[in-house]
Amino acid sequence: MAAIIALERISKHYSKTIIGVDDVTLSVEDGEFVTLLGPSGCGKSTLLRMIGGFEAPTHGRIHLAGRDVTWEPPYRREVNMVFQDYALFPHMTVGENIAYGLKMGGADRATARRKAAEALDLVGLPEKIDQKPHQLSGGQRQRIALARAIVRRPKVLLLDEPLSALDARMRDQMRMELKHLHEKVGITFIMVTHDQEEALTMSDRIVVMEQGRVAQDGRPQDIYDNPASPYVANFIGTTNFLSATVQSLADGLAGFAAAGTRIDAPTDRALRVGDTVTLGFRPEKARLLAPGQDASTCLEGPITEVIYYGLGLRIAVDLGAGQTVFVDTLLPDTLIRSDIPKPGSSARIAIEPHNIFVFPEGVHP
Amino acid sequence: MNRIRNNLAGAMVLGIPLVWILLFMLLPYGILATYSFWVKSYPTFKPAFQFGNYATLFTDPQYFQVLLRTLKISALVSASSLLLAYPFAYWLVFRCRSQGVRTWLYLAVIAPLWVSYLLRAYIWKTILGTEGILNSFLIWSGITDAPSDIFLYNQFAMVLTLTYIFIPFMVMPIYSAMERIPRNLTEASADLGMNPWQTFARITVPLSMPGIAAGFTLTFCLSFGDFIAPFLVGGPDGNLIASVIQTQFGSALNWPLGSALSIVMLIIVLSIVSLSDGMERRGAVGV
Repeated sequence: MAAIIALERISKHYSKTIIGVDDVTLSVEDGEFVTLLGPSGCGKSTLLRMIGGFEAPTHGRIHLAGRDVTWEPPYRREVNMVFQDYALFPHMTVGENIAYGLKMGGADRATARRKAAEALDLVGLPEKIDQKPHQLSGGQRQRIALARAIVRRPKVLLLDEPLSALDARMRDQMRMELKHLHEKVGITFIMVTHDQEEALTMSDRIVVMEQGRVAQDGRPQDIYDNPASPYVANFIGTTNFLSATVQSLADGLAGFAAAGTRIDAPTDRALRVGDTVTLGFRPEKARLLAPGQDASTCLEGPITEVIYYGLGLRIAVDLGAGQTVFVDTLLPDTLIRSDIPKPGSSARIAIEPHNIFVFPEGVHP
Repeated sequence: MNRIRNNLAGAMVLGIPLVWILLFMLLPYGILATYSFWVKSYPTFKPAFQFGNYATLFTDPQYFQVLLRTLKISALVSASSLLLAYPFAYWLVFRCRSQGVRTWLYLAVIAPLWVSYLLRAYIWKTILGTEGILNSFLIWSGITDAPSDIFLYNQFAMVLTLTYIFIPFMVMPIYSAMERIPRNLTEASADLGMNPWQTFARITVPLSMPGIAAGFTLTFCLSFGDFIAPFLVGGPDGNLIASVIQTQFGSALNWPLGSALSIVMLIIVLSIVSLSDGMERRGAVGV
């Protein structure tokens, strides 16, 4: 498969000190669903707007299907955008909105209307063709915006926080619908979001951004299981961090001193004995040990808090020296409630070595 | 009694404007309407109920011509205001990048409203007159060698002066209508393959229509009722309906005819207002 979008060292400098996007190189394959993920101000929207042609990069080139489009205006790029608040034309009907871009493609009235109806079918709102946007709900407007953007069969569909204006229930539903739509139409999707769950559930590939740069680029599972930095580990999912020093190194397995105990973890990072590192582990990948049970790696401390969230419990354990970690336990059986630990009691946490992340240098979660 | 005391604030809020409108708008209009059916009997007027005054207005070509001329001048003032104000407002809202420049230019449009109307009309007399700035410049630059009187005292001078005076009332509504157009609509239009001209024609113009309608109504109605500019720069063929009314109530001493003219004028203005109101309402849907 060929790269449909190739960003070559793209930067956007607003001034000497204000940098929106900083030297991003990214290649998107035809048909992929790629998500640009990051907090607000990380440059993900700016990057998307540059692909759409609404902003010009200060450095670098943008290639669309092999053609350099860096200086092409939006109306000469075969990409379409779903805007954050949909940007439907209020003075036109739904049908006119969707057919808006078709008339320029040389389609006559009847063809345009037929194609608009087809696109409406695709998003499941065929009966709304003659209504005005203000008569529709948020979710419906979202679908119209989608239909309008895919009706021209662009090479790439850009989605700028497409679900952020919807309520939680609608958002969950649209998430799956968007994914199915992507499978159905086969167009490359590039989505911007700050919602890690959205990114994890929908995309083939996630590009995590931090201060205008790419922090990590990979499949959702790779990013979740092997975050490249504490920043990524903390942005996607929850991560406990411990500062540690390297004590021993042997065969890709390192021994660390942390929280008054010894922790082993496999790592391929170049480390030396005595280095300070940050260790990380996911709350759901650690477990509470029952009295009498033992494990190779074991953290101990009093329970400071027990948070109930329906699916399970999140337990905060104080390891001393100001370090608190969280452990999740699921509650798969309604009857077993007697062993919910009490705050104040002591707890032991076991973590398997392969579930531990090793990040060289100090903690900056 | 208690109820009245409790609702005193409400009664005042509603009552004062109501009394005001009744006393100073509806009552005078009623009197005017009554007068319009009376007959003139020199040196005063006799109560009557007849349509003679209205018949005169529509049969005597003198009055009908004035009415047509006023309509024409007002339409020209509105049109030229629109042609000047629309690009200006468009530039301010969509193209001007500096907030400071935008504020100052907008202020520059509004500022003349603080200057006396009479003064603003008089300025054009000093610019266009035979001893005026324009003639002095033309002679100084050698384009003409004698002062020309073609600039002043004609309909062109009137349209120019009225446009100058009333253009803020065109800029303001168009500016605020354009400001209400979400930026991402023009972006969406470009995204869907429209070049800037097509976007302008299909998105910006339709969505700024309420502002255009409001501006057109304001400038049209204001010009329609003006009698100072015709008096100062209008000249012999610059008689407008408002000046005729003034004459009827003044030197001609024919209040019934003046009243009938006023009522006709009122009906024209009210129909234009309601027409544009309907347009604005339609345009406002969904924005």
